[in-house]
Amino acid sequence: MKPKFLVGGAVILVALGYMIWAGVTQSAVYFVTPSELTAAPVAGKAYRLGGLVTPGSLKWEPRSLDLAFTMSDGRATVPVRHKGAAPDLFGEGRGAVVEGQWTADGYFKASLIMAKHSEEYKAPHDTKESQSKTLLKTLEDPKR
Amino acid sequence: MTTLLGWLAALSLAAGAVMGFGVAPREVTQGNVQRIMYLHVPTAWVAYLAFGVVLVASIAYLARRRPGADRVAHASAEVGVVFTGLTIAAGSIWGKPTWGTWWTWDARLTSVAILFVMYLGYLLLRGMIDDHERAARYCAVLGIVAALDVPLVHFSVYWWRTLHQPPSVLKPGAATMPPAILAALLVNLVAFTLLYVYFVAKRVRLLRAESEALA
Repeated sequence: MKPKFLVGGAVILVALGYMIWAGVTQSAVYFVTPSELTAAPVAGKAYRLGGLVTPGSLKWEPRSLDLAFTMSDGRATVPVRHKGAAPDLFGEGRGAVVEGQWTADGYFKASLIMAKHSEEYKAPHDTKESQSKTLLKTLEDPKR
Repeated sequence: MTTLLGWLAALSLAAGAVMGFGVAPREVTQGNVQRIMYLHVPTAWVAYLAFGVVLVASIAYLARRRPGADRVAHASAEVGVVFTGLTIAAGSIWGKPTWGTWWTWDARLTSVAILFVMYLGYLLLRGMIDDHERAARYCAVLGIVAALDVPLVHFSVYWWRTLHQPPSVLKPGAATMPPAILAALLVNLVAFTLLYVYFVAKRVRLLRAESEALA
């Protein structure tokens, strides 16, 4: 094979590899954690927020469809409000990712609620209760 | 030989369905929805395998220029695209009731979408070039480059924050599921792998017959 084809091929390869990498890295910061949001909150800005739904914080008004809870990563807590029902797997002590914006009134106004689930599956009578622990682990930034 | 393989695949798929729907217990957190795993995980595995075979066969073709290697790459890419599509469809159907959304642009889903589109482009490229030898050469290069996305797909859930959970079986350490669920999953993994081999064997034979008829 002629060297110019090898060089050309290598250039195309690197460019393609970079494009794939850049494309995926853009969605790399898929969500911010509560401590990242509270460190530098911008009112009106759209965020995806990921964390654990704080146990005991969940309030649901079936008549007005008002959902309120706080999300935490163990260091910071963010109050979240939403209009509408949450997915079945959503609940206290479980992981969630919410889309919405930070408001000037000091709460997160969610427009979409997604439940995060762990890679652990349980059969009935299987009493290992470490789901929230593994979920907290998934929130940690691998680069830090 | 291929016929035997086909029957083996059919039998193990039936066994997989019995295991998945009948023997495996109802998962505690998710309920019956979790049974989609017995389709979603095997199809994803077959997609990994198929594009891995494309990678190896493409390198072999570029090194030796044997048409047989090109046919294996071609067949495997076709089957891989179908199974990637199935993985995305099954994942979507699983995602709606559990996550609360059909789709989200996290690193896992995005990298799979890129993989799907790249191999669709690969099949398009094959169809566009009339000269058989040239098509094989170009597709070998594209097949190798696109396969680099497979490890990105697999490790995306470790390297970046995602909505998709990390793997439960294809990882170091013990599987994070009870034996009954794992057994059902393994039977389906074997069944879909057999199905993949059967499809590729059939398709390679067809491609060979085609090129012999044209020659």
